[in-house]
Amino acid sequence: MTFLQVLWFILIFVLIAGYFVLDGFDLGVGVLYPFLGKSDGEKALLRRVIGPVWDGNEVWLLTAGGALFAAFAPAYACTFSGFYLAIMLVLFGLIVRAVSLELYAHDKGNAHIWDALFFVGSLLPALLFGVAVGNVIEGIVLNANGDYTGGFFALLNPFALVCGVLGLAQCLLQGAAWIALKTQPGRLHSLAVALRKTLALSVLVVFGLATLAYFTLGASAAAGSVPFAARIACVCVIVLPLVACMLLRNASDLVQFALSSLACVGLVALTATTLFPNIVPATDAALSITVESAASSDAALGAMTVITCIGLPLVLLYHFLVYRSFAGRVSSDDAAE
Amino acid sequence: MDVVVLSRFQFAFTVAYHFLFVPLSIGLGLIMALAQTRAYRSGDAADQASARFWVRLFTTTFAVGVATGITMEFAFGTNWADYSRFVGDIFGAPLAAEALFAFFLESTFLGVVLFGRDKVSPKFYLVASWLVWAGSLLSALWILIANSWMQTPAGYEIAADGSKAVLTDFWAAAFNPSVVARYAHTIIALIIMGAFVAIAIGAYHMRNGKGDFGKKTLATGTVVAIVACVLMIPAMHQQAVVVANEQPEKLAAMEGQYEEGPVGMYVFGWVDEANETVVGIEVPIGGMTSILASGDPSTSYIGLHQVQAKYGETAPVQIVFQAYHLMVAMFGAIGVWIILSLVATLRVRKGAEPSRGLLKALMFAPLFPFVAIQTGWMVTEVGRQPWIVWEELRTADAISQSVDATQLLITIALFVLVYAFILVMYLRVALGIIKEGPVTAAIESSEAKGAN
Repeated sequence: MTFLQVLWFILIFVLIAGYFVLDGFDLGVGVLYPFLGKSDGEKALLRRVIGPVWDGNEVWLLTAGGALFAAFAPAYACTFSGFYLAIMLVLFGLIVRAVSLELYAHDKGNAHIWDALFFVGSLLPALLFGVAVGNVIEGIVLNANGDYTGGFFALLNPFALVCGVLGLAQCLLQGAAWIALKTQPGRLHSLAVALRKTLALSVLVVFGLATLAYFTLGASAAAGSVPFAARIACVCVIVLPLVACMLLRNASDLVQFALSSLACVGLVALTATTLFPNIVPATDAALSITVESAASSDAALGAMTVITCIGLPLVLLYHFLVYRSFAGRVSSDDAAE
Repeated sequence: MDVVVLSRFQFAFTVAYHFLFVPLSIGLGLIMALAQTRAYRSGDAADQASARFWVRLFTTTFAVGVATGITMEFAFGTNWADYSRFVGDIFGAPLAAEALFAFFLESTFLGVVLFGRDKVSPKFYLVASWLVWAGSLLSALWILIANSWMQTPAGYEIAADGSKAVLTDFWAAAFNPSVVARYAHTIIALIIMGAFVAIAIGAYHMRNGKGDFGKKTLATGTVVAIVACVLMIPAMHQQAVVVANEQPEKLAAMEGQYEEGPVGMYVFGWVDEANETVVGIEVPIGGMTSILASGDPSTSYIGLHQVQAKYGETAPVQIVFQAYHLMVAMFGAIGVWIILSLVATLRVRKGAEPSRGLLKALMFAPLFPFVAIQTGWMVTEVGRQPWIVWEELRTADAISQSVDATQLLITIALFVLVYAFILVMYLRVALGIIKEGPVTAAIESSEAKGAN
């Protein structure tokens, strides 16, 4: 294994973590939207708290996908074609969600259609990404070409479904923490604060269930070579912030959001440390797609590293500029525009 | 049903659909940025209103373009897994670079354009508008680098076991022989598309009451269209030269040339594939295509018989021939409509009103670049068959082996359903915005209050 291969394994998961933290909160807002937004004004406010930023957040997913293609093409080919129908559902979700968020403003007559599509389009990715990750952690049935041969329904196994619920719960927590951070004191803000506490507990419970399933359902077969202590450290990065979320009553909304985000990072780090040096473990270990077997040439990875060194600071600058421009809590006047 | 056929149908359908919105985004993006600049400079209320009009139309179009673009990035993995394994070393980097350099730029600053008018300074707002457009141009550059590499691969070697292409020279791969010509040809075409939409919208409002806005829009569209068309002539010439040099097998299909020799040029025709001839009207100058491609009427190019012997098959000749000749005919129509819009613009300059018939004709302007863009890409993509990577990987060997026909039929049905719904809703909204035209800020804010 070369330095560049390990670097790109880490970078892929950094991009995934970025996606989980950022799009996690706007997907969460989308799923909470029909339950929290009672009046038209509240709905407008909920759309407005993610309005200027959701599109940029989603690009983290496209970048992670593109980087996976460029750095570990066999892993990209295997998972995207193997989870075909699930990925397509995610895709349709993202498409109708993007269209609903944009067309809503110009087509108030069909508000109920756009509301429904915003909800469904947020729910599908928030739920299905976790199911996919669960399957990868367990290991899937691969043939010698690296194609998944297990069929669609095998993907819906207990461990993977618990992981799906875990991903969804964490997105909801991110969403509630973001709403609390971006709304002014009032009904929505109080609801979000109460929900944040309940959801932190729910994530902890589902994480416990997932851990139990991992060790009892034989899902641990695919565990990689990273020392167990590193995985314990990741578990701490998940559990401690969530406990703090529940207990720190006087922490500011920003601190609460940071804690929830840290739990997202912990979940992704735990996934990465569980998999390494595999990317897509196979049930037959000899057929597993590993960092070494899947990596692009060092020439390609080197070119990509240069591209990233130039591009990533620019990306962070754009995010800084845009989040700063829209800093602060959103008023109902802002939402009425 | 054959998985290869279904995979190709799904890709062709989703990419053609995506390519309805991309040209409008890139073309209208320029018109929008120009309108913002005018409003920033003059500070005039009418200019502000028309800038807001273009933002509304642009952002709506752009959103659908972005949404349907996700399909394309996913498609390489979902439906073309063996292709992805073969080209990942080379093709993935431009896609990742597109996301990093272009998508982040356009999507983050789109947020500013949509929601930031009262949050950021007017100058930052103007810069953000131009950055969104610049992002879309960069996006097109990276995706055309990737596409051109499939047409004229360079800077690589095939791995010892023949399983994949491996990068040897990044710059040679990125600036492969057809990138510059393809990029210039495509971007200029998209700008013509945007300008022609502006011309049509201008003509519509001159006929329907908002005359001042209509006149300004018509003038902007006409000027942009003329500049772009002048630039288009060398760009399309260069594109033809590159095809003749790099992919003469494609050229043979474009002109229905069966035997090796100098290539003439049909104005229109029909390929009689059974008898291997073309029935049609030819340009009276012999070897006209050879002249355009090489400067010499006697330059000989490969014929379809030789391609058949070389590859065992040829591209679908009729489709490529008709798409190519339709594209050329559309360019002729574009020339005529530019003259019509110039006549209308000059009449407005003299203080006269263009006739209602002339304005009516101008409302049909977007049809021609629209057809030219779609058929042009059909020539490029159908014309390179049977190859997905030119002379290295056949399309039939590039599919996902874990996806079966049933799964494809399900997703094709879903794409048709979802995309038809989106098209209907988009057209309702976009035509509504166009009919309403620019609205001054006072009216806009009172409407917003009424709605809440």
